[in-house]
Amino acid sequence: MPVPREGAPSGDRPPRREGGGGRKQYFRRRKVCKFCTEKIDMIDYKDVRLVGEFIAERGKILPRRLTGTCSTHQRALSEAIKRARNIALLPFAAGA
Amino acid sequence: MRNYEIIFIVRPDVSDDDVQKLITQMEGVVASAGGKVEKVEKMGRRRLAYRVEKQREGFYVLFYVTGTGDTVKEFERRLKVTDAVIKNLTICTDDDLQRAAKFKTLRTKQEAKRRRSKPAPASAPPPAPAENVQA
Repeated sequence: MPVPREGAPSGDRPPRREGGGGRKQYFRRRKVCKFCTEKIDMIDYKDVRLVGEFIAERGKILPRRLTGTCSTHQRALSEAIKRARNIALLPFAAGA
Repeated sequence: MRNYEIIFIVRPDVSDDDVQKLITQMEGVVASAGGKVEKVEKMGRRRLAYRVEKQREGFYVLFYVTGTGDTVKEFERRLKVTDAVIKNLTICTDDDLQRAAKFKTLRTKQEAKRRRSKPAPASAPPPAPAENVQA
């Protein structure tokens, strides 16, 4: 039994063992708030390109844990998304 | 007097001349209702994210208006009556502008602080005035 086990890591999949150090299997970049780093004071609902980054495929607002937005800006962002939805710039529910 | 942003969507089958006519008409409405038009922006023809009155496209027009609640009330009433307008949204921008200004001042203050704290230990002028006070 011990012989094939020791042989497996070196031969089978070395890249995974190298990067994660055994605990995590892939490296996740630390997320920072986009609005803080780019110094955007006012989140404009008319800027569909910017606000549209923070909605999922189906039109849902992406949670902070996925985007890294800080709480202040997430609040402002959700307001902006809701405004944009109201004037048909963003969908309430997208896709089929 | 407050600042407002009024955005509305005109049917796509309305000609550009008629859109322009509508804009001048609405400018007159604002003036007669005691308001002031700061800026008008034609955002152009866009695809709507969902169907509105069976339309998939629309011509977006954006008004920046200063005025009272009555100004906005009259403006919205006129938009509702106009058949060419399929959707409208009014936003009072005062709070947003105030918050943005606050963030800006906060940030400039922080930046100034950071800049001050860096060269201060190198040149070290603060100790000198302190001695004067003691003497």
